[in-house]
Amino acid sequence: MTLSLKMALRSIGSNKLRAILTMLGIIIGVMALVVLVSLVSGATSSVTDTISGLGSNLLTVTIEEDKGKPVDTETLETWLDEEETLGLIAPYISDTAQGSGSEGSGSLTLYGTTAEYYDIQGLQLSMGRWLKDADQENHSYVCVINETAAEELIGYTDCVGQALNLNGTKYTVIGVLADDDNNLTRVFSSGSMVAYLPYSSLVRLSTTAPAEIESFYVSAGEGHTVEEAEQTMTRLLMERFDEDDEAFEISSQDALEETMSSVTSMLTVMLGGIAGISLVVGGIGIMNIMLVTVTERTREIGIRKAIGANRRAILTQFLMEAVVLCMMGCCLGIFLSWAILQIVNTVVASLDMSFSLNLPVVLIAVVFCFIIGLVFGLYPANKAARMKPIDALHYGG
Amino acid sequence: MIDIKDLCKVYIVGDEKVRALDHATLHIYPKEFVSIIGPSGSGKSTLMNIIGCLDVADAGSYHLDGLPIESYSENQLAKIRNEKIGFVFQSFNLIPKLTAEENVELPLIYQGLPRQERAQRVQEALERVGLTKRAKHLPTELSGGQQQRVAIARAIATRPKLILADEPTGALDSKTSQEIIDIFHELHDQGNTIVLITHDPNVAKQAARSIHILDGRISEVKL
Repeated sequence: MTLSLKMALRSIGSNKLRAILTMLGIIIGVMALVVLVSLVSGATSSVTDTISGLGSNLLTVTIEEDKGKPVDTETLETWLDEEETLGLIAPYISDTAQGSGSEGSGSLTLYGTTAEYYDIQGLQLSMGRWLKDADQENHSYVCVINETAAEELIGYTDCVGQALNLNGTKYTVIGVLADDDNNLTRVFSSGSMVAYLPYSSLVRLSTTAPAEIESFYVSAGEGHTVEEAEQTMTRLLMERFDEDDEAFEISSQDALEETMSSVTSMLTVMLGGIAGISLVVGGIGIMNIMLVTVTERTREIGIRKAIGANRRAILTQFLMEAVVLCMMGCCLGIFLSWAILQIVNTVVASLDMSFSLNLPVVLIAVVFCFIIGLVFGLYPANKAARMKPIDALHYGG
Repeated sequence: MIDIKDLCKVYIVGDEKVRALDHATLHIYPKEFVSIIGPSGSGKSTLMNIIGCLDVADAGSYHLDGLPIESYSENQLAKIRNEKIGFVFQSFNLIPKLTAEENVELPLIYQGLPRQERAQRVQEALERVGLTKRAKHLPTELSGGQQQRVAIARAIATRPKLILADEPTGALDSKTSQEIIDIFHELHDQGNTIVLITHDPNVAKQAARSIHILDGRISEVKL
């Protein structure tokens, strides 16, 4: 075994350029497979981390059709009082507005919500205070903005008490939110300007926002799971909307994560499949060159047979050569994939993402290359093994 | 040692049948030094291939060391070639990528001998042909006579019952040829059976007995 391995290495080493060209197919195939799958899984884990960083104890409820029984803040409070599986409820509504401050103007995303939103979403203030119940009751013209908005519109982040014009109405900034990468809303709207207003204020400001609550966040009560909260919400809403489960929708972060993972695993399989095809093409290249090698070395095969090599010895020799070629290509491919991922890592270092070799895929690549070497090496090796000693010995001379 | 009776071998070349061997019968005894002589096309190559178990006859019987060769499979013939026969060819037939000692080692590898014993036998064989100093050289770095000596070393390394030499001096000048023939004499003196196939009467003369072959027939056996 070690001897035939040595022999194979030697034979490959005697024609390095050809060996490398032959391996190229396998190298590229392995690189495609390992790099693509590692990139997808790296990106997935980064996004998944972000999603689960939001806390998975959160339900998003959207009412599609209120059946003449719209939900208002009182309804929500009643539910909270009656059901101990529910923790906090925060209604929210979003809109856009033109904002202008002392330094500039621009388009902002507005969120109208209540005091509870802060805890449910786990936000962080860098200064000032968050919305209070009183702001909601008084329809106060106050807002909390993010740091981006503070810098762009007012010019500096320490701007509590400054005035901000939203669609021509004057609002007072009462707090500035810290930039926080663990917030999904922030991740998806990174770099954009956001302002949070009391729910009742936004309804007044907006021309499109309805007075009734259409969507709200719910968290599970202490000692209760999200599933329990979800069951409670489903029951309450079913009762309210005449047992019509199409009238509302409850989604949780878990569901989001599940969707994410099913999408990415599909993507992984698809990319892996494409890369697998290029590996098979590489295998055909190996078979081609092995057939040439067998023909070129017919005389050598004749000599070996004359001095006593049986079919198996010849078969092993050429099969070993094909497998070794494949495995060398595989190792080079994995090494190059690692190098490429390192480069990608330096390039995207600022994006808070990191890509590393995906170990299962590396294993799959190794096994797959081995099988390809065996399968595509078998035909040429068998051709060599079946040569008649006398014909092979007198071939071309 | 070699017991051949009524061997026939016919090749079809185009529309013509060529009788390469026509009821050839011959005996070679253990420890003999025999030459088989005949002009080209006489069937001596066919005879050599059959004696060397590289080819099988169409009819007739061939016993090598008591074994009925025609009844063996290809793999069994490979084993017989490996263990009982040492080949020396006109064109040396060394593997160009392997060094002298690796070429000599090759049949021992196919025999499945352990590494230490292989090394010892390679050493012995190279000593007997006087090439110990050239053990690490590739065939292309050796002269024709040296290459043929490596080939002889490869043939004797397995300690075969029969050494089969096909025009071993055909590619060499007369001085080197004599050196090679001398090695065969030595091997004969040490008790090996040697069959030397040639078209050159001067080479054939060196053997104790010459067998003539013409048109596929053993025409004369001179003692």
